[in-house]
Amino acid sequence: MSTTADALHLKSHEAHDSHHDADHKPGFFVRWFMSTNHKDIGTLYLIFSIIAGVIGGSISGIMRWELMEPGIQVLNHAWPIGAGTANFDEWTHHWNVLITAHGLIMVFFTVMPAMMGGFGNWFVPLMIGAPDMAFPRMNNISFWLLVPSFLLLLGSTFVSGGTGLGAGTGWTLYAPLSTSGSAGPAVDMVIFSLHLAGASSILGAVNFITTIFNMRAPGMTLHKMPLFVWSVLVTAFLLLLSLPVLAGAITMLLTDRNFSTAFFDASGGGNVVLYQHLFWFFGHPEVYIMILPGFGMISQIVATFSRKPVFGYLGMAYAMVSIGVIGFVVWAHHMFITGMSVDEKMYFTAATMIIAVPTGVKVFSWIATMWGGSLTFETPMLFAIGFIFLFTVGGVTGVVLANGGVDTYMTDTYYVVAHFHYVLSLGAIFSIFAGFYYWFPKMSGRMYNELLGKLHFLLMFVGVNIVFFPMHFLGLDGMPRRIPDYTPAFAHWNYVSTVGYMITVAGVGIFFVNLLISLTAGRKAEGNPWGEGATTLEWTLSSPPPFHQYSTLPRID
Amino acid sequence: MAAAWLTPAAAQAPASAPAATASPTAQPTAAPGDYTRPEALPVGSQPTPPGGFAQNPNQPEPGTPPPTMAPTPGIGEPDGRMSLQDQVSPIGQEAASFHDNVLLFLCAIISVIVLALLLWVIVRYRKGANPTPSRNSHNTVIEVIWTLVPVLILVAIAIPSIRLLRHQYTPPPADVTVKVTGHQWYWSYEYPDNGVTFDSYMLKEANDPTRQKNQRARTDADGPPLLAVDERIVIPQGKVVKFVITADDVIHSFAVPAFWVKQDANPGQVHETWAKVDRPGVYFGQCSELCGARHGFMPIAVEVVPQAQFDAWVASKGGHLKGAQPAAAAAATAGPAGEMTTPAPTVPGTATANTTPAPANPNVANRATK
Repeated sequence: MSTTADALHLKSHEAHDSHHDADHKPGFFVRWFMSTNHKDIGTLYLIFSIIAGVIGGSISGIMRWELMEPGIQVLNHAWPIGAGTANFDEWTHHWNVLITAHGLIMVFFTVMPAMMGGFGNWFVPLMIGAPDMAFPRMNNISFWLLVPSFLLLLGSTFVSGGTGLGAGTGWTLYAPLSTSGSAGPAVDMVIFSLHLAGASSILGAVNFITTIFNMRAPGMTLHKMPLFVWSVLVTAFLLLLSLPVLAGAITMLLTDRNFSTAFFDASGGGNVVLYQHLFWFFGHPEVYIMILPGFGMISQIVATFSRKPVFGYLGMAYAMVSIGVIGFVVWAHHMFITGMSVDEKMYFTAATMIIAVPTGVKVFSWIATMWGGSLTFETPMLFAIGFIFLFTVGGVTGVVLANGGVDTYMTDTYYVVAHFHYVLSLGAIFSIFAGFYYWFPKMSGRMYNELLGKLHFLLMFVGVNIVFFPMHFLGLDGMPRRIPDYTPAFAHWNYVSTVGYMITVAGVGIFFVNLLISLTAGRKAEGNPWGEGATTLEWTLSSPPPFHQYSTLPRID
Repeated sequence: MAAAWLTPAAAQAPASAPAATASPTAQPTAAPGDYTRPEALPVGSQPTPPGGFAQNPNQPEPGTPPPTMAPTPGIGEPDGRMSLQDQVSPIGQEAASFHDNVLLFLCAIISVIVLALLLWVIVRYRKGANPTPSRNSHNTVIEVIWTLVPVLILVAIAIPSIRLLRHQYTPPPADVTVKVTGHQWYWSYEYPDNGVTFDSYMLKEANDPTRQKNQRARTDADGPPLLAVDERIVIPQGKVVKFVITADDVIHSFAVPAFWVKQDANPGQVHETWAKVDRPGVYFGQCSELCGARHGFMPIAVEVVPQAQFDAWVASKGGHLKGAQPAAAAAATAGPAGEMTTPAPTVPGTATANTTPAPANPNVANRATK
């Protein structure tokens, strides 16, 4: 019923707008700072994500540099504030600030803005045949909440966090290290930063759900939606349901810190593990929030460059739905050593392993999509194939970690670091690069340089594997996470890992060179540069699409 | 190495015992003036112990005696390998076998299958080899197969996995109980049945400018850098040792990889884990939950010795054998730790503040006095 009403509403708008040129753009300030256009907001998100990614990636560079050899040789120099005067505890506190900032920046300000804010905003309306998002002004505030949020996070590193400047709690903000363990305003600023980022994401999620449910073009049933739209829909529900729990948990942190409540303080009747339950009730869906849109993008890309429809479309869509649902009931596998009962451990072991089934369905369906296809290996396809293999590696180590009894040994070691970087750094980031190259012609109207793109893939594929595969060995040998210095036995693989980082940086450098060259001098892109395999609606438009698209709604048979 | 242990320890035992429970008035051999106070404390750090110190300045200890048992390279400590550390407890051996023979094998097989399939489609279905794509997008049989086969594999994993959990959570009755308390940034250990209490700090290198004068420098006999401690936990070989774990400031985590032991130390809660180690030797671990600036600098070292040496060590620390509790020591160990002397009625490893015999939270008293 409401769909009909919205369609009528849309029609009247189309009639009204048809007087204007579809490409009439407002002035610079109005266009970029007061934007209500989903493509411009998507572009803003992507620029934001790239800036945040450079900062977060540079922080990992400082970390790898410090870990290259045993001893403290960088932390005592690299920190711009108070360098030279700081004592040992401040150096090591700065390490904790770096790991905290790296985690928060990569999760909240790089991966999420790129996938949901960037590609979601750009391509959900285009793929479902909608002229824009359902709530364009809310879309704008979603983005502009993220900017002060990021500034709060960056600013927190310049104010006291107790032992030294910045919040040294880890991205998980575990109490009581984040409450009684961290005096000073830094942790408060991080909490406010997460409040704003959470509000931004909730507004974005509401917008996506409304858009996808109500603004699909005539004939675009849910079961005809491209899988990327499915992935954004599932992700939006995960955001909507999990972020309020995070907001509640960090608000309790805030009142524990400042208003003498004792939610997480045993001396006042609280419970430190309660925070972890609340955090991971958000945190586990969060890891699927970071990978599901990637699943969607990989499906589009594999189908496009195989010149075949996606294999097992319904299975693929409902695999994502079931991953989203199961993702809400496995959170405590992050907490196997916090002192759980054996029954809890058995349940969370079993529930976690179940996730491997829909994930396996996705991997096999991608391969089956390629099976019988006519494959070409442009850069997006290379990143997609790299994604499939590396995500599989990260997935099988996930099955190892799912076993509560085995996790006793692995948890809080580098094995876990290797695992989640395989699914995030090699999963989420690879899918973001795949999507970026795939849609770059559509977004910019220019082709990227294929040779540089392939070189970027090659260096990055080799580099990240050298960074992260040795971390499995370090973890099996017992190296704990989040330590700035280590016993000499760990030196060899840490050195190898840092060499891998250098190779990765070279690859990312080529990406930026490619970006600059392509934006300024790239060949003009056709509406559909990928040929017969690119069947979704965005490829029916010009590249770049008109400022306002679909003044006549497309009809899907 | 076993024979060398007894003599020096017994010889120096009463004289050099630090201010432990049984001899609270023992004076440290190093004069308080010997030790220099580092620069001012950072704002907001925990008042006890001061953040800028390795040890509590109010209780300067004499340099601890050098170790009598040297670790074996490659056992109980990392050695740069690409696999799990050698396991010396039955649980560790069961878990390592499960990991190496089942999980690792499956990881490799699945990764290789996926890689082989990818390489096959890349070669066979590249545009040059297959210019006309098929339109095939459904095959119910194969979809059912690749859903059900992983289910069967996971069931096959779940059986030994659940069995491992059951074994971890059904320990034999404890012979020795060690209460472990995590602090920023050191561990303190208490043997409530034996009246032994001590703190354990990381040993620093000889040339480390932050090393206090009363703390001896690390030697290779102590263990590797950043893992060696001034006083190790000592436990008897082949006996079931129950670790009762808590913390008094932030969350720490007590971990000894060679025992397959890791348990968070939560302030306000008491949790249990256990180990039975058959091989004498020295085993190292590190705090495994981010606990602030010196998270990476509060290692754990456990020395496993025959029962007779354990008894001698207890005596050297001014303690007594389990059950033979003198009145003075009984008074000294009263309180929460004293409650731990009987095997806990709850399922080990599961005790929380609610299920541990009261008073479950030794930390409440500590925090209230701050």
